[in-house]
Amino acid sequence: MIDPELLTHLAEGRRIALISGTNGKTTTTRLTTAALGVLGEVATNSLGANMPSGHTSALAKAGDTPLAVLEVDEHYLPQVLTATRPEVVALLNLSRDQLDRAKEVAMMAQLWRDALRAHPVHVVANADDPMVVWAAQVSPEVTWVASGQRWHDDSWVCPECGGSIARAGEAGEPGLESGGGSPSSQWRCTGCALRRPDPEWTIDGGLVVDPDGARHEVKLRLPGRVNLANAATALAVAARFGVATLDALPRLTEVTSIAGRYAQVVRDGRAIRLLLAKNPAGWLEAFDMADDAPTLLAINARDPDGLDTSWLFDVDFSPVRGRQVLISGDRAYDLAVRLEVNGVPFSHVKSFREAVASVPEGRLEVIANYTAFQDIRAELDRVN
Amino acid sequence: MSTESSLRLVWVYPDLLSTYGDRGNLLILSRRAQLRGMPVESIEVRSDQPVPVTGDVYLLGGGEDGPQALAAQRLARDGGLGRAVERRAVVFAVCAGYQLLGHSFFAKGQKCPGLGLLDLDSDRGATRAVGELAGEIDIRLGLPALTGFENHGGRTHLGPQANPLARVSLGIGNDGTTEGAWQGSVLGTYSHGPALSRNPQIADLLLRWATGTATLPPIDDAWPNRLRGERLSAAAR
Repeated sequence: MIDPELLTHLAEGRRIALISGTNGKTTTTRLTTAALGVLGEVATNSLGANMPSGHTSALAKAGDTPLAVLEVDEHYLPQVLTATRPEVVALLNLSRDQLDRAKEVAMMAQLWRDALRAHPVHVVANADDPMVVWAAQVSPEVTWVASGQRWHDDSWVCPECGGSIARAGEAGEPGLESGGGSPSSQWRCTGCALRRPDPEWTIDGGLVVDPDGARHEVKLRLPGRVNLANAATALAVAARFGVATLDALPRLTEVTSIAGRYAQVVRDGRAIRLLLAKNPAGWLEAFDMADDAPTLLAINARDPDGLDTSWLFDVDFSPVRGRQVLISGDRAYDLAVRLEVNGVPFSHVKSFREAVASVPEGRLEVIANYTAFQDIRAELDRVN
Repeated sequence: MSTESSLRLVWVYPDLLSTYGDRGNLLILSRRAQLRGMPVESIEVRSDQPVPVTGDVYLLGGGEDGPQALAAQRLARDGGLGRAVERRAVVFAVCAGYQLLGHSFFAKGQKCPGLGLLDLDSDRGATRAVGELAGEIDIRLGLPALTGFENHGGRTHLGPQANPLARVSLGIGNDGTTEGAWQGSVLGTYSHGPALSRNPQIADLLLRWATGTATLPPIDDAWPNRLRGERLSAAAR
């Protein structure tokens, strides 16, 4: 039994940033760690060990390192907030994820809101996610970042009053095949005062715009708009720690892949790229990142994935229609039924090796959920 | 656009009752109807809109306690779903949607009135039912075994008017013995989310009820059948 006070003792005297949310927390933790590196050595739980035991272990190994960036599983944010007394908390997004065990989205938002009310702290939060805004707005100081929200289906109902959330440029209806909305747009509750706060950090095309209006080209080696938004969050956290954006930018370029995510490996003439997608919002982001190229989709439903594959019907797979689509994994049949209903032709392969052999030389995009991703990574010698 | 001859599928309150893949049932019914040459009109009705009475099949999904209670209140006030059932429209409801069709259910620790379209009452079990669900379907419906995934805290007790949909062989369902219910043209199940993806024969039953046809032309169900085989053999282990 670890002393429950141990994390508190280990955190004392350090300047700590916590990063939490349903998606992107490992990547954002890595980017924030890189940005704070301007100030010196930074402790972090870089292998995604994002529960209190992982934080304790990361800080125990950190010696007298004065800075730490910790990725926090969203369920554990209240207790880690209490234990570590962070300087900044970054809140990325909230969406459905493994509902057979996770707290439902509205309950998670309430959990965060109560914790932030009990522990006033500076928050860097996504202005485009109504659930995050509602949770974060109780904090005395918030830096709002227009991080975007492609997945809207967990925030049609206002967490404050139960009214409908209206978004600019949309009929306000969950789509029949919801491909997600525009990533960053105005929203407001039709029943109460909850609305999108004015963001201080925004994304404009491929640029990050800081609170002074300076436009920064971020030479990121990670794909997708969502990673640009993660970089903006990292820069906003770093700015709060006193790091100048211009100093932080070159360090973000050094981040290439995170525990296999976005890793590129060449095998038998195929340039294989690994994308991890663990839930519907994550799949929408992965489709935004993937090239128009042969694509392997791999699905498992083991304990770390959640045992329930129902979410497959929350994802619109039509972005990969027209590409050579291969499917594999323990639960390939669930995916097969989904793709058939979605009108996406596919073929089933029994192994990663067979998938590689089935596509022409050139790019192969691999999009997989957690354990399916780890299985494929193992076949590629645990690529990082 | 609406035409006299199209099959009208009405997804009731996706803003409140859509927790996890519930859209799948609408997509599957729509596809299976279209493959039989039936024109389909899919209608999504949000909870601030009136429920049309002229639909052919109404779908209700799962939801958290708060939205479930709100959905029951708004549906009761609206009255459209009840009038549709009076004219023998078909209803397929899963999980929270299934519970609120009964006389009463529990949400947030309180007993709430349901719509009374199924003769049943739901309360809370000591444990949450989470996992694979399987069972033999009522022989009168002439369907192969039910397979699904359940995730709910409710226990449901059927009155004399409601027929159990299935006898449970794995999981909890209503009470560990029976699962789901059907009564007239209303069918409910604890098999949550896209329940029809594993049970295309239930989808076809709903289409047959809605169109009044005894049989439908067969369609290629190789993938759903592989999925069923895999899930039912996993359930038998």
